Amino acid sequence: MTTTSPVTPTHEPAGRHAGFPSLMRAEWTKIRSVRSTVWTLVIFVVLCIGLTALIAWLTESHWYGPQAAPRDARAIADPVGFILGTGVGLGQLAICVLGVLVITSEYSTGVIRSSLLAVPRRIPVLAAKAAVFAVLLLVVTEIVAFCSFFLGSAILHAHVQVSLSGPGVTRAVIGAGLYLIVLGLLSLAIGTMIRHTAGAISAAIGIVFVLPILSGLLPSSWGAHINAYLPEQAGTLITHTREQSGDLLSPWQGFGVLCIWTVLALAVAAYLLERRDA
Amino acid sequence: MIETRDLTKVYGGKAAVDHLTFTVEPGQVTGFLGPNGAGKSTTMRLILGLDRPQSGTALINGQRYRDLRDPLRTVGALLEAKTVHPGRSARNHLLFLAQTQGLPASRVEEVLALVGLQDVANKRAGNFSLGMSQRLGVAVAMLGNPEVLLLDEPVNGLDPEGVLWIRNLMKRLAAEGRTILVSSHLMNEMAVTADHLIVIGRGKLITEASTEDVIARSTDKSVRVRTPDADRLAELITAAGGKAVRGTPADGPGLLTVTGLESSRVGELAASASIVLHELTPLASLEGAFMELTSGSVEFGVAGQDPVNAQEGRAR
Repeated sequence: MTTTSPVTPTHEPAGRHAGFPSLMRAEWTKIRSVRSTVWTLVIFVVLCIGLTALIAWLTESHWYGPQAAPRDARAIADPVGFILGTGVGLGQLAICVLGVLVITSEYSTGVIRSSLLAVPRRIPVLAAKAAVFAVLLLVVTEIVAFCSFFLGSAILHAHVQVSLSGPGVTRAVIGAGLYLIVLGLLSLAIGTMIRHTAGAISAAIGIVFVLPILSGLLPSSWGAHINAYLPEQAGTLITHTREQSGDLLSPWQGFGVLCIWTVLALAVAAYLLERRDA
Repeated sequence: MIETRDLTKVYGGKAAVDHLTFTVEPGQVTGFLGPNGAGKSTTMRLILGLDRPQSGTALINGQRYRDLRDPLRTVGALLEAKTVHPGRSARNHLLFLAQTQGLPASRVEEVLALVGLQDVANKRAGNFSLGMSQRLGVAVAMLGNPEVLLLDEPVNGLDPEGVLWIRNLMKRLAAEGRTILVSSHLMNEMAVTADHLIVIGRGKLITEASTEDVIARSTDKSVRVRTPDADRLAELITAAGGKAVRGTPADGPGLLTVTGLESSRVGELAASASIVLHELTPLASLEGAFMELTSGSVEFGVAGQDPVNAQEGRAR
């Protein structure tokens, strides 16, 4: 019978307290033990690599085709941006969803109460979650970025000669992963602020996809400046092989702007997490 | 030991917990009793630092919950609200919690054995029955082998075997010298489980005493009466110095709960006016004590200062 089982531990737990690495281990257990995380990552990988291959193959097979000249020119001018652009462009959707889900799924299922009972000071929960999520994304997005690059450049090699040793190429490929990591953290912050999955995903996608369109409708003089500092516009500069004439920011400046947005969002999220009733 | 001092929580301009002060001593089961909506769950959330009080303090062994290091090693909680991801296995839920407290994975296996969930530990928790979910909740509460336990309606929805299991576990844990606060809206359950009672209504403390005292102090025994002529009987009871409270529609038609008069007196009153009675039951004294204590503070009930007159419009 269960009632005869011992209540007290057979070994007294160690006297020392759990530190931040313990919290990171716990967050890793959470992330790997639900299907939504795993599936969203699988979708991301398939979407990125699959689309990259598809677009590269279509480009290759229709090179010199009717109306293909501007596209071909773009592929030559910015090979990394061209190869990674489509995959990253759609894959970032999956990253936004995942970043939101890792926190909003805790709210929708009530796990957040377990989490906050275990760590009542709260902010370490968010910090550990962000750290583990960033490491996970670092591994996955960099693998995807390099795989996509090698695949795309192999398919296009007859027309576009590009290698990692070319100017700005390695930075752009690594940058594609870095962009997605920070975007994931921005989504995590948005999810923490909004707490509801649907609302937070809408907000994250709105910021990434809709804001640039809206800012494009503004009068050109200051619309261009606002546009340049939007998270997605600034952040993706790092994925371009070389700077374009119209760019207001350098690739690393653009990445810095995205990082500032993300740090601000995380700070607001941490403040709200601390202040609000769970 | 749990101590609350002047604890107050206001939601939307209404005090859910209203200057609540009480102490929960170790070595006994303390029942936290009140009608639905009395503020029991909110009080527990305030003690556990999930909600922030407007004023007052809640201390566990002299410390605020948020100041405890590895709090699950000091306090175990079973909340009524959901706390488990339905897609995550019981084992993984316990594992991540153990990791946050620096507890070894072997402790997860121990608490799974304690609650008898070893065989389903790798199943998704969303497929658990209510009884299994409550057992998982107890496993979570016991994970850090805490001195203090807060259990919010732990027997709700359990089958008799499950109720007995939780009841015996609580008594055993109390006998080991732990502090146990268990909430319930069921007086009879508390009567057989709790050594001490804290009764609240509308967020306010009604009484804090040993279970025996609460029963003994209840001078008026209550009587349940069912009659097709409830209004006339209620008038007679009021005239005779008693108090009649109309039941809710869920109780069925013509139900009155009478306090201040013995059941024999109620029967005599009915007979003298030729009122037909369908039921005349002296209630278990504990339930009577509870009704009496909380009659002025039922959140969604029909009780009031003048319950009979308040009911007249509806009766016709």
